[in-house]
Parts: sequence; structure tokens; C-alpha cells
Amino acid sequence: MSALFQFLLILLMLNNLALAGVSRLRSLIRQVAVQGVLLALLLMLPARQFSFEHLLLAAAVLLIKGIGFPILLSRTLKKLSDDPHVEPWLSCGLSVLACMAGLAFSLWFEGRLPIQPGLFPSLLLPAALMTLFCGLILVVGRRKALSQVIGYLIAENGIFLLGIPLMTEEAVWFELTILLDVFVAVFVMGIAINHISKTFESIDVGRFCSLRD
Amino acid sequence: MLELLLFLPLCSAVAMLLFKNATVYRGLLLLTALLHLVLSACTVQAVNAGHAPAALGGLLAPDPLGALFLILASLLNVAASFYAIGYLRDEENKQERIDIQHGQPFTNAPERRFTACLCLFLSAMTLVTTTPHLGALWVGIEITTLSSAPLIYFHRHQASLEATWKYLMICSVGIALALLGNILLSVAFYGIGTDLPESFDQMTAFLAKAAQLPEDSPHAPWLKAAFIFLLVGYGTKMGLAPLHNWLPDAHSQAPSLISAMLSGALLNCAFLGILRGHQILLAARLGEFSSTLLVFFGLFSMITAAVFIVGQGHYKRLLAYSSVEHMGILALGVGIGGLAVFGALLHAVCHSLTKSMLFLLAGNILTRYHTFSSYDVRGLRWTMPLTAALWTAGFLGIVGSPPFGLFVSEFTILKGIFASGSFGVAAVYLLALAVIFVGMSIPVLRMVQGTRPRDMPQTLPESPFSVLPPLGLGLLALCLGLYVPDWLSAFLARGAMLIGG
Repeated sequence: MSALFQFLLILLMLNNLALAGVSRLRSLIRQVAVQGVLLALLLMLPARQFSFEHLLLAAAVLLIKGIGFPILLSRTLKKLSDDPHVEPWLSCGLSVLACMAGLAFSLWFEGRLPIQPGLFPSLLLPAALMTLFCGLILVVGRRKALSQVIGYLIAENGIFLLGIPLMTEEAVWFELTILLDVFVAVFVMGIAINHISKTFESIDVGRFCSLRD
Repeated sequence: MLELLLFLPLCSAVAMLLFKNATVYRGLLLLTALLHLVLSACTVQAVNAGHAPAALGGLLAPDPLGALFLILASLLNVAASFYAIGYLRDEENKQERIDIQHGQPFTNAPERRFTACLCLFLSAMTLVTTTPHLGALWVGIEITTLSSAPLIYFHRHQASLEATWKYLMICSVGIALALLGNILLSVAFYGIGTDLPESFDQMTAFLAKAAQLPEDSPHAPWLKAAFIFLLVGYGTKMGLAPLHNWLPDAHSQAPSLISAMLSGALLNCAFLGILRGHQILLAARLGEFSSTLLVFFGLFSMITAAVFIVGQGHYKRLLAYSSVEHMGILALGVGIGGLAVFGALLHAVCHSLTKSMLFLLAGNILTRYHTFSSYDVRGLRWTMPLTAALWTAGFLGIVGSPPFGLFVSEFTILKGIFASGSFGVAAVYLLALAVIFVGMSIPVLRMVQGTRPRDMPQTLPESPFSVLPPLGLGLLALCLGLYVPDWLSAFLARGAMLIGG
């Protein structure tokens, strides 16, 4: 079980590198779907006993992060008559390097923290922090509004991953609420992107320059 | 009663979306606001009398600190709703709408969606201020972002869309970091004490666990990290520099009554999130760490605001930067501790009243002059005498002149700083206040004085909807400067006691 868990975490790390490196919006959405499925699988494994609540949460994660978000994002993308590339501020190669630096930092950081024995399975903390970094890199490093939303989603995935070992059966309802909240957030952002695309004839946030001091 | 407080605005929001009659949803907006205020007042009274009102299995159980911010939000919502009726009526009657910045025509979002989002916003703030569960607090703050984004984008033009997008992205990412702070708190307290059955009263459980921590425990770094993330996360939403970038944009582009709500009510709610973290660190005897950070961010926000206020030509941005300054003062006061905490809570009350008043007045000026530039607004005292008088009074209030409430609170904080012996902090605090006083007085007085533009009719009557709400708020701020009632100071003292006052 533990070996499988580690394997999934390593897949997640590779998935992060792919997210930082892809240059087409469509592939970015596909990779986010993969990440959602990986999260749902990770959620199933470390449960001390399989409870109804855990299964429910895993199903919800699969449904929302693995299927819901990608569909929502693809639908938004389809409506846009935009160039399908992410147009980075920070080039894709540099983003991958930054992501790897984030991983190295997380591994070093894990060694320095006084962690309660038995709380975090090994590699979970670095994988979560790396996911968070990867998300933040996409938020600040990309010009397209859609890739910023994806970055936000990835950062949230990282935080969610960090919370997995702490989930008690009672807290699952809360995780569901947060999941719903993030879903609504992405929905609202999707609407905003539609408006941006209509008003600015592009979703390039580099064109946002009318508000400054 | 508490359930009603949360669900009343929620149900009104749904009802507004169903009814298509303008009179119905405008009336419903005001009715909801008034009922909410009555219920909030009852809640505050119950909390102040020492009862512990609770509802929904403990999910809603306000303490003095939360109840204070609840009644503030509710009061401002009444003023904003009353103002909204006149505002929406005027918007409906407008023949053509031209974007000030780009000169292009634009449309408004559907009006009932606007009023529904306003109610939803109120409901989310109610959840934030009444819950003792940090997760619910997080969810509440995220909902405030989502429900207020459509409010900022009421006028559908490029500039407001840009502001809305910045607000959505920066605040969502910021708040996600606060969620990380929540998780780190749970990590810090993992395996400490007897694991009580999970209940909604997380604050009590965390405070009890924090008190059990030994000195130099290995949990301390986790707690400190948690506080940093809570501070950065909620600090983004609160507008502490250097995380304030969204604030001037959103405040300047939103309809003025929304700016008033954002500045007066929402920023306080975000501050509550930081205060919860501070409370826990104080209980774990790590108060020095969180206090130092709060003082640093407080002073930095004041300095940043001072820099941007001097020479600021855009009068709504001027008010927004002034909010950054006052949020800095709040953080500073709480960080200093002792008497300054009481001062900070009084400051929160007076700032909310005064700043909302100014934003509503800025809305009146904008409607009449159709410009954001304080250079182009001349002769206010001839064209809009009531607004001009209130605008001057509000300016005197916001920069902390006597006899307004902010003078008393800023002076109390200063006394607290002296009592704590940090004279360097006092010097920076006074310097920033002085610079901001001068920086704000120039544009504000320039707008009031001078001759009116030739093409502007001298006497268009000012509608009571646009003048009465700021007048009411201004009178309250004035009263608080002359006399703080005993029950209020006792209530503030009880709130201050929770955060080291």
C-alpha cells in the first residue's frame, strides 16, 4: 500500500513538472484533470479504515477536480477565439526549473521541520509544497487569464494534499464545503473570463493597464 | 435568532432572483438590512450580557470580537441599502452611460442580481463574524470574495472588469494561503491533549491546547508558520501593504456604496481572521512573535499609504489608500498590546463609520461631476452644499482631527505605544499621520473650494437617499468622539481582553 502511495506521489511530482512546462492551454487542462484523478486516488489510500465519508470525499474529488473542472475549463476555452498558447512571462523551461527548485527546497525544508512521527507519510509534504509552488508559478508566470485560474486550482490542490493526513471522519463534511467553494470560485472566474474575452477581445491579462497610480 | 441572522439575507437573495419587480427587490433589500440590524443588535446585547448565544450545533457562536464586527457590518449595510435605493433608481433613469476612463458606452449588470449579491455578501459576513470554527471562517471569507466580485463589476466596462479580475485572483490566491495556515494549525496541535470529539467550537479547543504547550516545544515553529500564512492570506484581503494591490483598483471601480461596504465591513472581517491567529499564539505564549509581525506590517502599511496619498489625484483611490493606512493602524494597535488594543477596536468602529460615509459622498460627487480627478472637481460648496459640508467633515474625521471618534482612538493607540516604551514606533506613527493629514487636505479642500464649472447648474436638489446615510454615519462618528457610552467601552474592553488588551 505504502509503495503504491509513494508511486502516486512521484507521479504527481512529474505531473507538476508537466504542468509548468506545457505551452498549449488544452494540454494544461488535460494535465489538471490528471492531477485531479491522482488526488482522488491518493485520498483513497492512506485511510486508516475505509469509511463511507472518505469514499464520498474521494468520489467528490474525482467528480469535481478530475472531471468537473476540466469540462468547465474546456467549455470556457472553446468559447474563446484566442490563440491556444499560454504566452508565458516566465518561459516554460524556466518554469520547470523553478518548479524543480521548489521541490529541492521542499525536500530540504522537510528535513528541518520537527514533524510528529506518523503524521505525514514520507514525500507527502514535499509533493504538496511543490504543487503549491507550481500553482503560484503559473499564476504569476502566465499572461492568459485561463492559465491563472488553472494555477489557482493547482495551488489549492497542493494545500488539499497537505490536509489529507489530518482528515478525520467528522472533518470530511468540511472538506466537501471547501471543494464546493472552490468549484464556485472557478465557475465565477470562468464567467469573468468570458467577459474579459468579449470586452478586451483576448484573455491576455497583459492588456490590463488602465488602473495604476 | 442566530440562524435567522444567517439565513434571512440568504433567503432574500433567492427571492430577489425570483421576483422581477424593481419595487419588490429594492424594498426587500432595505427590509432585510433593517431586520438584520435588529437581530444583530439583539445578538450584541446577548453577548454583552454574558450569555453565550449559539446555533446550528455551535457553528454560530459569536464572541465579543465577532459580535463587534457583526454589528458594524450590519449597520453599514443599512446605510448602503438606503443609499442603494436612490442610486439604483438614478441608474435606471439614465439615458446613456459613458465610461469615464475610455469614453465608451457601457451597460449595467441586471439590477436584481446586484441586490441579490449584496444580500449574499451580508450573509457571508455574518458567517465570518459569528463562527468559532476557523474552517467556516475561511469558507465565509471566500464567499465574500465571490459574492462581491459581481458587485464590483456592476458597471460593465474595461476598467471595472480589470479591477474585478485582480480582486478575484489576488484575493483567491491569498485566501488559499490562509487555508494553508489553517492546516498548519491542525498540524501544530496534532496529538496534543486528549482528543475531544470534533466540534464546531474550534477556537476554544485550540486555545485550550495552546495553553497546554510547554515552553520551547517542537510545536512552536508550526504555530509560527501557521500565523505567517494566516497573516499573509487574510492580510491580502485586509489590504495590508505590500499585499494591498487589488484594493485601490477595486475600491475605485466599484459603485460607491460597494466601496463603502468593502472598506467599512469586509476589511474588518478579514482582520478578524488574523486576530483569531493572534489569539491562539497569545495563548501559546508566542504572542511576541505575532505582535512583532503585526507592528511591522502595520507601520509598513501606514508608510506605503502615506507615499501614495501625497499627490494622489484620483479621489476614490485617495480614500482607498486611506483604508490601507487605517488597516495598518489597526494591525499596529493590536500588535502593540495593552491599552492600544482597546484603541484599535474603537478605531475599527470609527474608521468603518467615517470611511463608509466618505465613499458614499464620493459617489454623490462622481454622479454630479462625472470625473475621478480631484483637479476637475471645483466649487463643491456651490453645486452640492450638503455633500460639500459632509465631505469636509468626513475629511476632518478620517485624518483624526478632534472632535471625531478617530481622534480619540488614534490618541489611545499613541498612549498605548508610549506605555509600551516603543518610541521609535511612535515617531513613525506620528510622522505617517502628519504626512497623510497634509496629503489628504490638499485635494479635499481644493474640491470644496473654488468656483463652480460654468456648465454646471448651481442648484440641483440633493436627494435624501444620497445625503441621509452619510449624515447618519458622520453623526455617529462625531458622537463617538465626544462620548463613548459605558456599555460600548465595556464591550470593546471585553473584545480587547481576548487579544491581549
